Amino acid sequence: MKILVAVKRVVDPNVRVRVRPDGQGVELTNVKMAMNPFDEIAVEEALRLKETGKAEEVVLVSIGPAQANETLRNGLAMGADRGIHVQTDARVEPLAVAKLLKAIAMEEAADLMFLGKQAIDDDANQTGQMLAALLGWAQGTFASRVELGEGRVSVTREVDGGLQTVSLKLPAVITTDLRLNEPRYASLPNIMKAKKKPVDVRTVESLGVDIAPRHTVLSVTEPPARKAGTLVASVDELLDRLRNEAGVL
Amino acid sequence: MATLLIAEHDNTNLSDLTARALTAACAMQAPVTLLVAGSNCKAVAEQAARLDGVEKVLVADAPHLAQQAAEPMGALIAELARDFQAVLAVASSTGKSVLPRAAALLDVMQVSEVTRIESPDTFVRPIYAGNAIETIQSSDPIKVITVRSSAFEPAGQGDASAPITAVAVPDDMALSAFERQELAQTDRPDLGSARIVISGGRAFGSKETFDRFLEPIAAKLGAAIGASRAAVDSGYAGNELQVGQTGKVVAPDLYIACGISGAIQHLAGMKDSRYIVAINKDADAPIFQVADYGLVGDLFEILPELESKL
Repeated sequence: MKILVAVKRVVDPNVRVRVRPDGQGVELTNVKMAMNPFDEIAVEEALRLKETGKAEEVVLVSIGPAQANETLRNGLAMGADRGIHVQTDARVEPLAVAKLLKAIAMEEAADLMFLGKQAIDDDANQTGQMLAALLGWAQGTFASRVELGEGRVSVTREVDGGLQTVSLKLPAVITTDLRLNEPRYASLPNIMKAKKKPVDVRTVESLGVDIAPRHTVLSVTEPPARKAGTLVASVDELLDRLRNEAGVL
Repeated sequence: MATLLIAEHDNTNLSDLTARALTAACAMQAPVTLLVAGSNCKAVAEQAARLDGVEKVLVADAPHLAQQAAEPMGALIAELARDFQAVLAVASSTGKSVLPRAAALLDVMQVSEVTRIESPDTFVRPIYAGNAIETIQSSDPIKVITVRSSAFEPAGQGDASAPITAVAVPDDMALSAFERQELAQTDRPDLGSARIVISGGRAFGSKETFDRFLEPIAAKLGAAIGASRAAVDSGYAGNELQVGQTGKVVAPDLYIACGISGAIQHLAGMKDSRYIVAINKDADAPIFQVADYGLVGDLFEILPELESKL
């Protein structure tokens, strides 16, 4: 079985982002970037399936500028076998990413695809579902447990109100939730080894996909600030304020 | 042309969140058709028909829609959507799973978790865990939108009933099969729509303490209980209680954060609450920067006192 994992280079989750003064986006120059945390979980899950002998090869795919190569190298250092980098400086929306990933999935004849449930920059939570739709495959979103069987995969999903387990026909697309696993750290020797692993650089044109955006970003602004609150001295004062000032009790 | 709204339900009861999404659907300035898709969901269709602003209700009733799985739902919605200029759903775990699938089948982008509808093609939504707000204009012929329900007031409900029509359901592709569900049993209000939410963090130290200190207050306030990711990961609360970017986004009238430091991830899930109260022993905790009322102290002393005085 061959597993494809899609990984995205995003602003490091620990960075406090700032809106650009021109109101056209957030500041990305000289900001620390990292692999989207949900994608790290996706890579980890694919590697675990390989380590238990259930998969032969784990291939990473990333779509983005030249620097997305670093993100692929991080995943290769975790243990993935090789990478595919669809290089573009354009803004690529989830629908276009799904189309590019579909083209790669067909070329590679993938049996299973892992994606993170959402990227922490656009918070869209769409790509995996769109990819499954375009391929006509089953989808297992928000996975917190994955069990690979013969021709099927059982996925426990985090849904509103609890957990739901579904059995998907293979090939399938699975998107990972936070509790699926604890991703490993790449060791120094593995980081060195990862530099020698192959990364195939592709163009959007070679995949025959139109990536023209459907959405125009009109503005990006700071969220409205909350007005400064007050510290209260006691439970009595708190209750008094909630009852008489805020009127919410 | 008209707007199609996907009803959120469990085959028996229509979720309160549908009425909130309906307010968003009405902002699209076109008549609203509600789709109730499920199995034996006639009762839901009757509840849906009474919502103010619904012009008609479509019912797609088939055994393979019982769990509203993404594969058959995506196919059904994509089929129906060709007669509409917009399709909306609540950004619930069902909506988030189903709607992008339908969007891709229609070859359109989705607009995720909108918090405001400026015009039928211009939408406002948070990005970067709510640290920036983006206004986007969509050029797609059919707008496919998930709605952050906490950002919209619920539509009213009257005695008038919109007509209910059954629609044909595409055959089951049998790509996925439901195995089982483990839902938390609770008689408290739903976290997503509660008027008051009281949340606990890692400071509780154990599940037993978490329940013992928070449940009596929640009961007295008629509040839903929430939790930070730290509390969920430590096993103090089920993940269905998690408030934050990766859990539920809530905007109650009153949010009481107990022993929660206030990481960006958590704030993204509650900072639109009308009033925020923070109880924490660390006066420097970031939660105090968003709290309307802060109380610095030991929650194991404060919470019992609070409970006794309610």
